[in-house]
Amino acid sequence: MLRDALLMARKDLRIELASRVALGQILPFGALVLIMFGLAISPDLSVLGADERSVLAQVSPGLFWMAVLFSSLLTLGRSFAIESSDGNLDALKMAGLDPAGVFLGKAGAVIVQLLVLELLLGFGAFVLYDAPLSDVVLLVTALILATTAVTVAGTLYAALASGLKVRDTLVPLLVLPVLAPVLLAATLATEAAVFGSSEDGWSWTMLLGVFALLYLGIGMLSFGPILEES
Amino acid sequence: MDRAISLIDQFPALAGLDLTIEAGEIVLIRGANGAGKSTLLRLCAGLAPLNGGAGRVLGYDLSNRDQRRRLRREVGLLAHETFLYDELTVEENLMFWARANRVDPSSVEPVLDRLALSGRLRNIKVARLSAGQRRRTSLAVMVCRRPRLWLLDEPHGGLDQAGRNFVDGLVNHAVGFGATVLIASHDIDRSSVLATRTITLAGGQVQAHRAGADPVLDEPTDDAAEEQLRAP
Amino acid sequence: MTASTDDVGPIERAEPGGSTTALSRGVGTGSKGTRILGVASLVALVAMLSFGLVFSPPEATQADAVRLMYVHLPSVAAGYTAFFITLVASVIHLRNGSVFWDLVAGSAAEIGVLFTVTMLVSGALWGKPTWGVYWQWDPRMTSTAVMLMMYLGYLALRRLELPPAVRSRRAAVLGIISFANVIIVRYSVKWWRGLHQGQSIGVDTQIDGLILFSLFLGLVSFMLIGAWLLVHRFRVAWLQHQLDQVDLEHALAERRAENEMIGMFGRRSDGDVQPGDLGAST
Repeated sequence: MLRDALLMARKDLRIELASRVALGQILPFGALVLIMFGLAISPDLSVLGADERSVLAQVSPGLFWMAVLFSSLLTLGRSFAIESSDGNLDALKMAGLDPAGVFLGKAGAVIVQLLVLELLLGFGAFVLYDAPLSDVVLLVTALILATTAVTVAGTLYAALASGLKVRDTLVPLLVLPVLAPVLLAATLATEAAVFGSSEDGWSWTMLLGVFALLYLGIGMLSFGPILEES
Repeated sequence: MDRAISLIDQFPALAGLDLTIEAGEIVLIRGANGAGKSTLLRLCAGLAPLNGGAGRVLGYDLSNRDQRRRLRREVGLLAHETFLYDELTVEENLMFWARANRVDPSSVEPVLDRLALSGRLRNIKVARLSAGQRRRTSLAVMVCRRPRLWLLDEPHGGLDQAGRNFVDGLVNHAVGFGATVLIASHDIDRSSVLATRTITLAGGQVQAHRAGADPVLDEPTDDAAEEQLRAP
Repeated sequence: MTASTDDVGPIERAEPGGSTTALSRGVGTGSKGTRILGVASLVALVAMLSFGLVFSPPEATQADAVRLMYVHLPSVAAGYTAFFITLVASVIHLRNGSVFWDLVAGSAAEIGVLFTVTMLVSGALWGKPTWGVYWQWDPRMTSTAVMLMMYLGYLALRRLELPPAVRSRRAAVLGIISFANVIIVRYSVKWWRGLHQGQSIGVDTQIDGLILFSLFLGLVSFMLIGAWLLVHRFRVAWLQHQLDQVDLEHALAERRAENEMIGMFGRRSDGDVQPGDLGAST
């Protein structure tokens, strides 16, 4: 299983290196979303009295995660477009690869791509929104766990929609509601890490971990039935 | 195959097809477009569903999910899709599929040589290949897998004379090693040179048999015969 | 694997190539049982309305707004029950692949969505006089809204043009994990709001007996309505399934005719493949 997972992940990353879709298209898109949020909310808006930071800076963790979520939808779509453009899912089945391995491999490659993307987007948010940073360890842990959670659940749902002509429209509808708790937990954990405001940062991070593990389990179990007959 | 029915998107691509093929045969499957040739091949590969009737390929029961899964590993399919990753080079594709199929990666090199892909082409991305070269690469993946049953869907399409001869050579070679070959084609003259038997499909059923060994139809054959497509 | 079609309802099957009158001639989705169920739910509804709107008193703090609860809380109960049925039916379908349970899952999800919308609308209407805003980002309402989207996604997946076997299997997987999701979303949202502010609305300790009774009537009538809708929705789905099977028979016959027409030496006359042979596979 792990062997198959590594094989798939290495193949997907190699394809990304050769095609640069994530780096050349999805990353600029994410950055664009960040900029558009700035335009929508206005950097001059601030709540009187309470905090001298602008509203934009205060909500920056949430905006960052929205940008990541949008980008992850594209990355997931890309991950499955690779397999379905030339019927390769059939060939994977004929090779007898372990479905759980395929799942782990595809998710693993997406996690790596998203982490790189988040690093760059995070830097963007830091610069654009004038957000501070107080707890790096918490931030990194939350980032890794949230990315795993987003990817694992997303891969499962993208697979449900794979091989369908309407995949691009269906995946967001299926994935986003499921990721609502992840968005919540990731935003709150990031807020805690960035502003040092709340002690709940670690418990939200824990929730992210639980969610990621749960979906890892569900995905590994149900990937077989999903891929069969498709 | 006994009254095999296969539905593709609720369309009965195969509508009660009976067919028995002996091991080591080279069978040419003819038929107009939409006669059910491709579906028959996908059914034999364990990829298309069997919605009615019964079928057994290489001794595996098509109606059983686990057996179908095992069947898939022993079958090679050259279809309209070529099962290649556009962004990877010819060599990378072959290496990936060799590993995915648990084939020793060192066996890739001779196959590249044999299919004349070892030169300039090996480092070219598959997306840049011509249709014929692409099919050759797909064929190379198949040769690497050493399937017991070869399912070739229009193998001569898009190939020049040399390429066609080449495919014929491969087929003969495979049969020499005990493989069974099904070729779906409307390129009659070309393929029937090879074939030990010709079957014509129409309306998702067998319409005619011709040449080669006398067709065995609906005759309960022995269970021991392994490399057979037969009616149980 | 050929799925059995033993679990056919009371609906006659039309012969392939024959007339479809069995289907068109007055085979409704009603039966004696459902008529009784329908009448019972009507009676319960009338009782609930008269108690809810007339006999029961206004509540101490919420005044007349409490009457919305007679719609809201029963919707919650009926909605969750429906999604639970989808869960159970999906599990059974995944185990034995029967068309019956797949259709039950789909029908129940549709009804669940219906009640969820009722739940949200009545909740928002209740929120305006009680909180001053329609949408308070109350944890229950928020997680319900997310849940609604989840099941709309489920229904969207069910409507896709896919081979039936593939579609029903994917739907079953989704039906199962969606329910797990409802729970996760529920608790995380609750936790989230819990941090920002106290529990949004506590149930008052003193509840008038008539209010409780009206609530109970609401529950009964909504459950009955839900059951009635479910049976009918399922039967419509089953008829549709039968119709697809008949279409398939025609398509098969046509497909065979292609052969007959071209065939100089058609080796076999095509036998009548029994409809049972055509059940959705695996």
